[in-house]
Amino acid sequence: MSAPLNLLALLGRTTLAALSGVGALVLFAGHAMLLLLRPPYGPRLFLRHFAEIAYFSLPVVALTALFTGMVLALQTYTGFARFNAESAVASVVVLSVTRELGPVITGLIVAGRIGAAMAAEIGTMRVTDQIDALRTLSTDPMKYLVAPRLLAGLLALPLLVVVANLLGVFGGYLVGTMKLGFAGEAYLRNSWDVLEAIDVISGLAKASVFGFLITLMGCWYGYNSQGGAQGVGQATTKAVVAASILILASDYVLTEAFFAQ
Amino acid sequence: MSETPKIRLRGLSKSFGEKVVLEGVDLDVRARHSMVLLGGSGSGKSVLVKCILGLIPPDSGTVEIDGQDVRRLSGRDRAALLDRIGMLFQNGALFDSLPVWENVCFKLLAQKRITRRGARDAAAEALAQVGLAASVGELSPAELSGGMQKRVALARAIAARPDIIFFDEPTTGLDPIMGAVIDGLIVDCVERLGATAFSITHDMASARRIGDDAAMIHKGRIVWSGSAETLGRTGNAMADQFANGEREGPIQMELRR
Ligand SMILES: Nc1ncnc2c1ncn2[C@@H]1O[C@H](COP(=O)(O)OP(=O)(O)O)[C@@H](O)[C@H]1O
Ligand SMILES: [Mg+2]
Repeated sequence: MSAPLNLLALLGRTTLAALSGVGALVLFAGHAMLLLLRPPYGPRLFLRHFAEIAYFSLPVVALTALFTGMVLALQTYTGFARFNAESAVASVVVLSVTRELGPVITGLIVAGRIGAAMAAEIGTMRVTDQIDALRTLSTDPMKYLVAPRLLAGLLALPLLVVVANLLGVFGGYLVGTMKLGFAGEAYLRNSWDVLEAIDVISGLAKASVFGFLITLMGCWYGYNSQGGAQGVGQATTKAVVAASILILASDYVLTEAFFAQ
Repeated sequence: MSETPKIRLRGLSKSFGEKVVLEGVDLDVRARHSMVLLGGSGSGKSVLVKCILGLIPPDSGTVEIDGQDVRRLSGRDRAALLDRIGMLFQNGALFDSLPVWENVCFKLLAQKRITRRGARDAAAEALAQVGLAASVGELSPAELSGGMQKRVALARAIAARPDIIFFDEPTTGLDPIMGAVIDGLIVDCVERLGATAFSITHDMASARRIGDDAAMIHKGRIVWSGSAETLGRTGNAMADQFANGEREGPIQMELRR
């Protein structure tokens, strides 16, 4: 008799738990952002994380973007040939890369690299009492660990996406001119003419949001990890999965916001 | 004892889910004296210290430091209180992303009491106190042996000359001579710096050396407290069994759990 009620109760409890989890996460993020505004400022920490994200992710992001642009050109060509629209290759490549693929692919790569590393580092600090130690050493762990990472994510991702965009378009150009027989100059002019400021700006704004979400997930799961090495491993996995899902979901929302009329 | 105790605990309780760890701890720690806390592994000693420091919120009960209820303090006042407290964590809790010298001077740097330039010298001085060469300062914590890590952590805990110092098993994992050196340092902090020390230990020789007062925790409660000199012949069956390391007695090891 109580089976449906139990189910309802379970549903209610799960929903409440999820909501309070989201609430705690929002407070966590808000607190960290507030601390960013409050002195003293720590440029040293910020720069360390910025370098970690931007500089050390650069080779992977560059290579991935290059191949993505190449594949995209090839696929577009063969696909559009059915409608006799091969000439659209340059436009399709440049728009797809700047609006979508540059930010999303960069985001997913950085989520795997940086989100995981941050969750592991902060999680290890949690389970070895280092976060508690910070507090006994006159240091707010939110300000010391979380705030500079969030800022670094926010600022480093757009930089990476600029590089991804350039290499993505270059990849398309390589395939377009060397394999598909387009004239180099025409291909580039084509790309340039179709491109509008909003295409690039929306992509960079997305990148910033993705960078924030990636570092937030890394910090959040790391900060709340418990139970030794296994707990840290779980935190790392959760951070990457959550960041990846959030990237794709927020990508839809942002695309809707920028381009839906 | 007419003076206000430095630390006064009343009815301090803490459970993790079903597991009751502290069940109404009452304890006074005299100012400028050294208290040692005894108790079996897993009896909640570390949790008790973290509750005092506010690192773990207790479920109920009060923690007073200098007569002030810590949980009623504003965030700023609580931070100011922590500025005056030092803590040696059981496993050291050194920051492995930083070299040893930066670990040792972390609090002084955070409080801007020294510059980064001056920190290396200050670290060398603090390291010398715990019997380590200045060159250790350039190493990363991961390059140190367990005993060296412990000494670095001790140097870090006392570098800012705290008013109250907590030592969670300061001599565990050290050889007897180094243990005695560390004990000497703790006594020194109390006698020379006028600090109040609160140490957790299993080591009876060490407890007698560093303690003025002693207390024993068992099953979440303080079952005995008194002078550290009397350890082993206190007349309290549990405390005597623990201090003398006897298998038979009121404390039954729960081996099968
Ligand atoms: N964060 C925590 N979550 C759940 N249980 C904990 C936590 N911290 C400590 N405990 C449990 O509390 C008990 C006491 O731990 P602790 O204070 O570390 O013991 P000890 O007296 O050896 O220092 C242990 O059983 C431990 O498993
Ligand atoms: Mg302990």
